[in-house]
Amino acid sequence: MAPRDVAGSAEAIAIDCRVNGRPIHTAVASHRTLLDFLRDDLGLVGAKRACDVQVCGACTVLVDGLPVSACTYLAFEAHGKSVETCEGLLGDGELHPIQEAFIRSGALQCGFCTPGMIMITKALLSEIREPSVQQIKEYLHGNICRCTGYIKIIEAVQMAARACSGTGRR
Amino acid sequence: MLHPFRLHEPTTAEEASRLLYDLGEDAAVYAGGTELLLAMKQGVLRYAHLVNIKHIGLGGIHYDEAAGCLRIGATATHRSIEHSAVVQSHFPMIADMEAHVANVRVRATGTVGGNLCFAEPHSDLATVLLLYDAAVRIHGTSGHRTVPVSAFLVDSYTTCLGPGDIMVEVEAPRLPVGAGACYRKFAFLERPSVGVGIVIVPTRDRAAIADARVAVGCVGATPFRVAEAEDTLRGVSLAAATFEQAVRSAARALVARCDPTEDLYGSREYKRHLAGVLARRTAMAAREHLLAEGASHGTS
Repeated sequence: MAPRDVAGSAEAIAIDCRVNGRPIHTAVASHRTLLDFLRDDLGLVGAKRACDVQVCGACTVLVDGLPVSACTYLAFEAHGKSVETCEGLLGDGELHPIQEAFIRSGALQCGFCTPGMIMITKALLSEIREPSVQQIKEYLHGNICRCTGYIKIIEAVQMAARACSGTGRR
Repeated sequence: MLHPFRLHEPTTAEEASRLLYDLGEDAAVYAGGTELLLAMKQGVLRYAHLVNIKHIGLGGIHYDEAAGCLRIGATATHRSIEHSAVVQSHFPMIADMEAHVANVRVRATGTVGGNLCFAEPHSDLATVLLLYDAAVRIHGTSGHRTVPVSAFLVDSYTTCLGPGDIMVEVEAPRLPVGAGACYRKFAFLERPSVGVGIVIVPTRDRAAIADARVAVGCVGATPFRVAEAEDTLRGVSLAAATFEQAVRSAARALVARCDPTEDLYGSREYKRHLAGVLARRTAMAAREHLLAEGASHGTS
């Protein structure tokens, strides 16, 4: 994608992206984070603001399929890209197999980390169809949960992997 | 919270260099943002201008057959290196090291240029690049120059970059044929506390060590090579007992050179101890890689 002519511009930068499949044409301040943009401008509050310094993973969203910390990803970087949040997984009112797996496995307590866990799981399963427990641990280790002890989360990812293989959904 | 800044998106290295020179200390290079934005959010750094270098075309990774070296563009992400087929096949130690940098979110956005130019002392990449005798290509207002990584990193958070300089590429020569290599780190959560890398090059008959490279990082201000440990290993037989004895001497030499930064993750004595243990384990793993057919270079 050709760069924009922003040199010397004021703060507002035009961006043209897709969020959960919906085209967005707007302008953002240069210092605005993707998390601010999603939560405050678009009302998508699935991605959570927790540590705010990319340590905990609660704000994980996918940009062009790759997991990023929305709290330290600048909104203007979304220009020309596709952004997916937890809200985008809901298709025709039906939960995504990963969301189902987290509920059925009891992989959440307070639920604050869950959207980030689900999005990182989506990234993992798009890369590795049937991850081992070790691969799940390595992929998810940047996402922190203070409640569950992680066992249920690992079980949820395994369940989701089986379900995704069955349904073909990713 | 982030303070407002003015964004610049140059399309050539010359343009970026000129902008940085003209804007001086009010400006910083923006690449992955994983280090810079944290410091800006926490108020440690504040810039009126950020110069985004992602539109210059510096994200490439390729193997230069003629020069026998890997070329990694400054805006190549950790993830793209980890997944690069050419890195996995010719530079497996780099691919393995990258697979263990921070977490997948950081690897998806963090770049080689950001990692090296920020000069954060806990850089696995910088330590491993020392083992390759890697160099950094810099574009300045008066043209290009190449600087060894060892000279590029001057102190913690300090590089040799001057006004108008941008790092454009890392070049890492291949290891000698048949070399065994390993990088190991001890980390608390995602923060490496000590990292040790060792390369051993066999003699033609593979009975002894013709050459050795030993690097330590994440423990003091900058990573460094340990000449004393390398000297100790050179010429030593690869027979298990002899090798182990030499490794113990090399580890002592390495520990003697370590000047660890004491922090919440450990005292100086503790980190020194870790460095010694890691040195022994890393050397043994490097030997295993060397002795294995089609030697691979591991990390853990």
